Amino acid sequence: MTDRRIRVLVAKPGLDGHDRGAKIVARALRDAGMEVIYTGLRQTPEMIVSAALQEDVDAIGISILSGAHRTIVPRICELLRAEGLEDILLVVGGIVPDEDIPELKKAGVAEVFQPGASTGQIVDFIQRHVR
Amino acid sequence: MSDSRKMGTEHETEPSAHQPSASETRWAETVLKPALGSAPERKEQFTTLSGVPVERLYTPSDLADLEYARDLGDPGEYPFTRGIHRTMYRGRVWTMRQFSGFGSPEDTNQRLHYLLKQGQTGLSIAFDLPTLMGYDSDHALAEGEVGKCGVAVSSLADMETLLGGLPLEQVTTSMTINSPAAIIWAMYLAVAEKSGADLKKISGTTQNDILKEYIAQKEYIFPPKPSMRLVVDTIVYGAREVPRWNPISISGYHIREAGSTAVQELAFTLRDGLEYVEWVVRGGMGVDEFAPRLSFFFNAHNDLFEEVAKYRAARRIWARVMRERVGAQNPRSWLCRFHTQTAGCSLTAQQPYNNVVRTTIQALAAVLGGTQSLHTNSLDEAWALPTEEAVTIALRTQQVIAHESGITNTVDPLAGSYFVEKLTQETERACCRYFDRIDALGGMVAAIEKGFPQKEIHDAAYAYQQAVERKEAVIVGVNDFVTEEERPITILVIDENVARHQRQKLEQLRKQRDNSRVQATLEALASAATTDANLMPYILESVRAYATLGEMCDVLRRVFGTYEEPAFR
Repeated sequence: MTDRRIRVLVAKPGLDGHDRGAKIVARALRDAGMEVIYTGLRQTPEMIVSAALQEDVDAIGISILSGAHRTIVPRICELLRAEGLEDILLVVGGIVPDEDIPELKKAGVAEVFQPGASTGQIVDFIQRHVR
Repeated sequence: MSDSRKMGTEHETEPSAHQPSASETRWAETVLKPALGSAPERKEQFTTLSGVPVERLYTPSDLADLEYARDLGDPGEYPFTRGIHRTMYRGRVWTMRQFSGFGSPEDTNQRLHYLLKQGQTGLSIAFDLPTLMGYDSDHALAEGEVGKCGVAVSSLADMETLLGGLPLEQVTTSMTINSPAAIIWAMYLAVAEKSGADLKKISGTTQNDILKEYIAQKEYIFPPKPSMRLVVDTIVYGAREVPRWNPISISGYHIREAGSTAVQELAFTLRDGLEYVEWVVRGGMGVDEFAPRLSFFFNAHNDLFEEVAKYRAARRIWARVMRERVGAQNPRSWLCRFHTQTAGCSLTAQQPYNNVVRTTIQALAAVLGGTQSLHTNSLDEAWALPTEEAVTIALRTQQVIAHESGITNTVDPLAGSYFVEKLTQETERACCRYFDRIDALGGMVAAIEKGFPQKEIHDAAYAYQQAVERKEAVIVGVNDFVTEEERPITILVIDENVARHQRQKLEQLRKQRDNSRVQATLEALASAATTDANLMPYILESVRAYATLGEMCDVLRRVFGTYEEPAFR
């Protein structure tokens, strides 16, 4: 895994357009030497998983602030499994209350970055956990 | 100042000439220098939150080129720097308008009645994401989002429930709706009509500011040009039929939330305003027929003086632009009337009670800056929509400022402060430099299509984030003064029953209404959309027939197409 730059898909599912966080994280990952594909806004779980497959990514970062994570994130996990992509590291960032985290992790999310998390922590986590 | 703190461009932070007086030179040499030798300052360069350099001291020589009558004027007089009203808050305090909306129309109706009972003086409605994007609650893309970030409104029936029992001729209602603003406004008007209210008497505001959607908030449906046509149609219809309605609230709030500097917020917002004016005038309406009803909406962030300078500069710039550049004759066309909301992006999820303090400082800035109405955020909003308890504290914050602090006893109390006046001047100049750049790109629609404001904001947001991570910008409880804690507050959870309830109501509606009338009105709307007719009468007809929001937006999506943002690189 060392001879190739880490490839990350940064995705913004749901109807929300608040992309400040997604874009900042995308830029920080790029500055840290990763290859970043940003999906743009309003991606369905199907679109995200198909982009991950096509782009052959090592990790997916989902940015979600709208409260729809409990519906959308498990669906993404399900589709990743169906495509045999469970090796892809899945991280979620945004407004996710503490009590929702166990459920997301059980569904297959490796880490959840809550408000106030630094891009440094996110970069570090992806670098350490991409297989 | 390190590069990362220099969030503005060189255009923003260009230092202005300052000729020290003899007494300043003496003070610097004999008093300051020895002091700096024994006790150096905390950092080399001080800046505002937006990265504008701040000097140690401001003196009369900073204001050498300030002329009272030309640059400030008395309150209620051109260029309105000191306020748009002669007596400001001595006459009447600002409108306390808490933005609210969640769950079903029934839930929000209850909250609106509660807020009025608590002494709130205006209403402000937040819609959920499906509504903002023109989808009904039963659309596949609405899954998981119904009622989450605001109230779900899919048809006139929902609007009737939402406004049930509210005195529409007495309260003013603000609705945060943009792409489908014409439709939601038509629903409001239809409810008012049915309740017997006189459309010439009702008042309120539709946000209806599509340009800032492309720039920052990103809840757009159609491409810029047909979207602008819808905005023009509502402004023109409003001027003729609902003369006390504010058909647009030209918004910097979201631009700032997306990470812009204070100057960017101001410059892009006022330039958006000018763009709307130009489009309506090109459509054939005289500027003084509609401009008095244009309103604005700004953010209030943490840097108190920077914010006060921003509001004061906003009034001065708008007055000058409308009078000198556009040629408006009616003094009411020169007024920058604005709503303010405290900065959601400044709220921290950590140690949430600190947010009450932040919000207080921001609300002070808005009041010292002469706002016409104010929303104060609740302490729990970094996590979720506010609970009733949290929203009450937020409203009480405004009431304490209004009735206990004494700030409201005099007009524009910070005028004449060397620092505030200087900052006001610098803000105006930096804003005008942005106007020049946007004009050179061919106006705001063209600048947006080229991605100019989007990129400026993203760069500022990224620079700020880096400053936070290097602790050059301190956020109490987040990157300094951190405590290990369990979240000590309860937050509002919207359950999925809301979505089920909304779907059932829609199913019933589609069965019970006169579907052939719905079809006929939708077809009329479709064919009008291909001409240059004003669409408001057609939308109103569809609304009255109980066509849904999604059905009307689908018609317009077919005619206008949809917009995708150019790929982010």
